[in-house]
Amino acid sequence: MAEAVALRVAIVQMKPDKGQYRANLRSAGEAFSQLAADSPNLVVLPEAAMTGYFLEGAVYELAITAQRFARDLAATWREASGGQTADLVAGFFENDDGNYYNSAAYVHVEPRAERIVHVHRKMFLPTYGVFDEERFLSRGRHLGVFETEFGRMALLVCEDACHAITATLAAVKGARVLIVPSASPGRGIEVEGELASITQWRDTLRLAAMEHGVFVIYAGLTGFEGGKGMTGSSFIVDPRGSILVRAPATEACIIRADLDLAEIDRARATLPLLGDLAAVLPNLLLDPELPLPRGGRDAADC
Amino acid sequence: MTLPIVEPGAALLEPPGLNPAVTADWLVAFLRDELVLRRKIPRAVIGLSGGVDSAVTAFLCARALGPENVYAIRMPYRSSNRSSLTDAALVVEATGIRCVTIDISAAVDGYLQSEPDADARRRGNVMARTRMVVLFDQSAKFDALPIGTGNKTERLLGYFTWHADDAPPVNPIGDLFKSQVWALARYLGVPKPLIEKAPSADLEADQTDEADLGISYARADAILACLLEGYSDAATVERGFAKEEVELVRRRVDSTHWKRHLPTTAMLSNTAINEFYLRPVDY
Repeated sequence: MAEAVALRVAIVQMKPDKGQYRANLRSAGEAFSQLAADSPNLVVLPEAAMTGYFLEGAVYELAITAQRFARDLAATWREASGGQTADLVAGFFENDDGNYYNSAAYVHVEPRAERIVHVHRKMFLPTYGVFDEERFLSRGRHLGVFETEFGRMALLVCEDACHAITATLAAVKGARVLIVPSASPGRGIEVEGELASITQWRDTLRLAAMEHGVFVIYAGLTGFEGGKGMTGSSFIVDPRGSILVRAPATEACIIRADLDLAEIDRARATLPLLGDLAAVLPNLLLDPELPLPRGGRDAADC
Repeated sequence: MTLPIVEPGAALLEPPGLNPAVTADWLVAFLRDELVLRRKIPRAVIGLSGGVDSAVTAFLCARALGPENVYAIRMPYRSSNRSSLTDAALVVEATGIRCVTIDISAAVDGYLQSEPDADARRRGNVMARTRMVVLFDQSAKFDALPIGTGNKTERLLGYFTWHADDAPPVNPIGDLFKSQVWALARYLGVPKPLIEKAPSADLEADQTDEADLGISYARADAILACLLEGYSDAATVERGFAKEEVELVRRRVDSTHWKRHLPTTAMLSNTAINEFYLRPVDY
């Protein structure tokens, strides 16, 4: 019988002022103050949480090192929470020695120190239509999973999570919780209920959660940037595909939930698709018809 | 036994649909974020023509900012249709927004008296540009932001005066086809006369948009939706449209790309603005 492991999660759905890093950190701090009484284990913020998403060339003025970002985020949390221990996740633009990435950091914060547990560099940089990430940024090349006090997790930044294979590989590599900081400009007004792009996100991640028996935590940026409205709509989906909690589209807000991580084991016992996949995945990936490099110099590019 | 066959329906020749409730909420949020949060100018001025586009814009602004913070500017020329003024008044009454009427005849005629041979097109452009002079000056007077009212159809067809109708810095309805504006108008409660009358720039007597354009908005919108989704002219015709109407729409779109851009500037450096030096509008 699975042992109950509780993970108290909060998502801070940020509506940042464009380019105002310090002011946005202060806004995050105000949200952290609201959360402190609940003592969350994990606080998740969206992609580009402290700068806004569409930066064009200004990304070179605002990108910082992961160490600096972790330090600022941790200091903000510490001051707001009175020194509580918690794990924080947020998206930021990373400057690594003159190479620029759209990254997200998982930071473990203690009263007197913080530790970067993992930095994920966005792998899939949307560069079409309204998007121009690869014009300014480099791709991440590695999909890592990492250990936390609450089990193995993975970070997927926005479009990373639109590709079914990334959630699949993260789950096969043992991630039990997928965290998706995102900034999604809304579109699609012809359909009933809500913007089509909001439905698309929820459908995509519900399917990932159900297929692999994982929790998915989606933190969406909100607010309008030059006419493009970020869809917010942060949500948490359980390993059976049920939406536990969900935020509105256009308002900055906080959503919270206590996750029973043992639910992952129960869901997988009921629907053991992940184990089935792990058994057959090598056959799928070794299929000679797949357009994959088979060693040699070209392999490094994939 | 013959089995029933289920197939998708034939492609419709209808203009794009709209979820008006979601769209209205989204545009109200946009106006609040753009004017109140970002620009910190929580007041709007709108050139209220008596047509459906500016009426929808006024209704959205009234919701977003409160009617007391919205200034409708009616700007008749001496030859304008009287019903334009009365229809605009219906919007003012329905929304509770403020209203100012400024006759542009003296300003327009002051210039045109030295250009007596100006044809209707030139005269119309002078009126449209004069209205923008007034609108921007009124925005300074009321410490308010001019709000644009151009819809996606007229923007795509180039059916507007460059640096006039398209001049205001914020436009909530510019990504809505005309058919969608009508749907939104019905949802918002825009007075019926404005929804039901034939759209007109009202720059000349008895002028209507659809006569000027040579195609109805419903047909133009349906064709535009196809073309913008990547259907070729031939594929659009295959969906059931007439070749001539597809060509008309395609020609208008292709001949007016310049109207949807800022002026062309000769590039000379690695720091050319908007070519190399790239900063978002809200930075």
